Amino acid sequence: MKGFLGVDVGSVSTNIVVVDADGKLLVDRYLRTSGRPIEVVQQGIYDIGKELAGDVEILAAGTTGSARFLTSMIVGADVVKNEITAHAVAASNIVPGVRTIIEIGGQDSKIIILRDGVVTDFAMNTVCAAGTGSFLDQQASRLLIPIEEFGNYALKAKNPVRIAGRCAVFAESDMVHKQQLGYNTEDIIAGLCEALVRNYMNNVGKGKEILDPIIFQGGVAANAGLVQAFNHYLNTEVTVPPYFGVMGAIGAALLAKDIYAKKGSTNFKGFNLRDIKYVTTSFECKGCSNACEVVQFYQNGELLARWGDRCGKWELQID
Amino acid sequence: MKISFPHMGYSYIALKWLVENLGHECIVPPEPSKRTLDLGVRHAPEFACIPYKILMGTYLEVAEMGAELILSSGGRGPCRAGYYWVMHRYLLEELGLDVKLIAFEPPLNDLKGFFKTIHWLRKTGGRSVKEVLNALEVTWEKIKALDDLELCSHETRPYEVNRGDTTRALWKGLDMVDQANTLAELAEARHEGLRLLESVPRDNSRNPLKIGIIGEIYVVLEPAANHYIQIMLGEMGVHTDRSIYLSAYTRNNTIVNLEGDIKAMARPYLNADTIGGHGVNSVAETVLYAKHGFDGVVQLAPFACIPEIVAKGILPTISQEYGIPVLTIFIDEQTGKAGVQTRLEAFVDLLQRRRENKAKSERLAI
Ligand code: SF4
Ligand code: SF4
Repeated sequence: MKGFLGVDVGSVSTNIVVVDADGKLLVDRYLRTSGRPIEVVQQGIYDIGKELAGDVEILAAGTTGSARFLTSMIVGADVVKNEITAHAVAASNIVPGVRTIIEIGGQDSKIIILRDGVVTDFAMNTVCAAGTGSFLDQQASRLLIPIEEFGNYALKAKNPVRIAGRCAVFAESDMVHKQQLGYNTEDIIAGLCEALVRNYMNNVGKGKEILDPIIFQGGVAANAGLVQAFNHYLNTEVTVPPYFGVMGAIGAALLAKDIYAKKGSTNFKGFNLRDIKYVTTSFECKGCSNACEVVQFYQNGELLARWGDRCGKWELQID
Repeated sequence: MKISFPHMGYSYIALKWLVENLGHECIVPPEPSKRTLDLGVRHAPEFACIPYKILMGTYLEVAEMGAELILSSGGRGPCRAGYYWVMHRYLLEELGLDVKLIAFEPPLNDLKGFFKTIHWLRKTGGRSVKEVLNALEVTWEKIKALDDLELCSHETRPYEVNRGDTTRALWKGLDMVDQANTLAELAEARHEGLRLLESVPRDNSRNPLKIGIIGEIYVVLEPAANHYIQIMLGEMGVHTDRSIYLSAYTRNNTIVNLEGDIKAMARPYLNADTIGGHGVNSVAETVLYAKHGFDGVVQLAPFACIPEIVAKGILPTISQEYGIPVLTIFIDEQTGKAGVQTRLEAFVDLLQRRRENKAKSERLAI
């Protein structure tokens, strides 16, 4: 069988998928990046290779996420794409005609507006925690409830408590206050979900024309309480796609498929990445007062790429 | 006297020359760095906007380098910018630093105040009136030459074959302008600089996207404050034009130049001329860029900058009416380069797709 590899490496999670020639998902991996993107990608791809046991030939590979450039050099990618475009590609492939994508991950959140299959507007929040998954993570650990259970609690709520605050810090102190007043946990959790949705809509969603069909994706979409809160807020039904947590990686794989159709060959280095030694080092250039920090990337001791210089003096890149 | 001033793009080259030719020593402000920002953040109220923090940091750095006098830009009310220099001065005093700060308005805002300050600097520097008039003229020509070179670099970069060629050519040109001391030398430097940029190896088969850069003056003019957005876009193959050039008021080869136009253009959308900062300009400039056939507009706004937030509220209407996508990038001390790059790449994808679709539908119509 033929397949296409997609890798999405963010600061929190690393997702790896393989899709087949029709864009159907064959395998997926959701891993923690834990500050070691290189090793996590090497190991993850090796594991996927083992799982596929030689049944699938990778025709092309794509990378996305905040570590997309680094990752592209590790795996030998044919396409490197920003997360926004990658998410949009995946969503419109799975739900043709989608017009709004709500994406909430652990570290950032986005909204993407599409019309006739083309992205027309987007916004992304990386600064404010109140609209991302880490907000819920924090509150969950404060309430001593595993985050996986959060949704079920929220669904049992009868009267969600209104948690005030546009900022994670204020929301937290208000939540503690409500706890002390004796509100039950279900209502507080439902209130937190609603607060997150409000923050998201006031922050990234502000001024955007949100039209059906709406897709809700990203790791946080696992939370049924949030799905309910979005449905409630938007007064419609949002769709959570089956592989909501790895949509960025699926997008990268689909983009790789497109590139392969044009190019017909691949840079993919194979599944056996574990045996390759990758090292990054950096030095401060003394060439002028800019003092750029130049990063060098080595594969088995061979210098593959250099970046970080402002003047192009150290420029070295594959292809 | 040892004199310094805020760092804004390449203008320091001209201002340094002015200070020296008024008979003073110039402390050239360092390009704003992480350290500048850290210093500024430490000594600024949290709610202050990023230009305030960077300027604060710069002032502390130049004070450290021995500056005795800082010529700060004033800024027009009613936005907070008008009061900023007062707060900066207050803080420098409070820290017990031996440096004076005075507001130095460009002649267009306050002609009388401008000449009063120049006169005083002339006397303390021991220069004749004639020498100073000449110095002012050369300074002005320097500002224009610097802008000319930079404009040309933004047009050239999207075509460059080897990344960095344009930037290096620009730096050489800026150096030559820096070295020039007379009008004749300056003309020569400008000419030679432009020639260098023109001889950068180009791939003319490209058809770069065109993006207009608008927003608050400091973050638009200081590349270090906006993650070198014009260079970043240029290296992605985009031709950028920014709305603000220091020399723009007197030239007509920039797209945005006449203040009168600006207010009239904004009027259908914004019924007040007094939101301060560059809010009105941002509204009008979006219209201008749309009319000039640009593919998109990027608005640079300091986080919590009121004039730009007002403008941002209006931009979607213009964006729809004129069919020009607008991306707003908020800038504060937390804004990371990676986040800016991701947004810009996505925006460029969006504009590219739009262009392709437009071409397709035009072909269909034929
Ligand atoms: S890489 Fe280039 S710009 Fe950076 S410090 Fe070295 S010479 Fe200067
Ligand atoms: S224009 Fe904006 S950034 Fe500048 S001082 Fe006013 S509020 Fe601050």
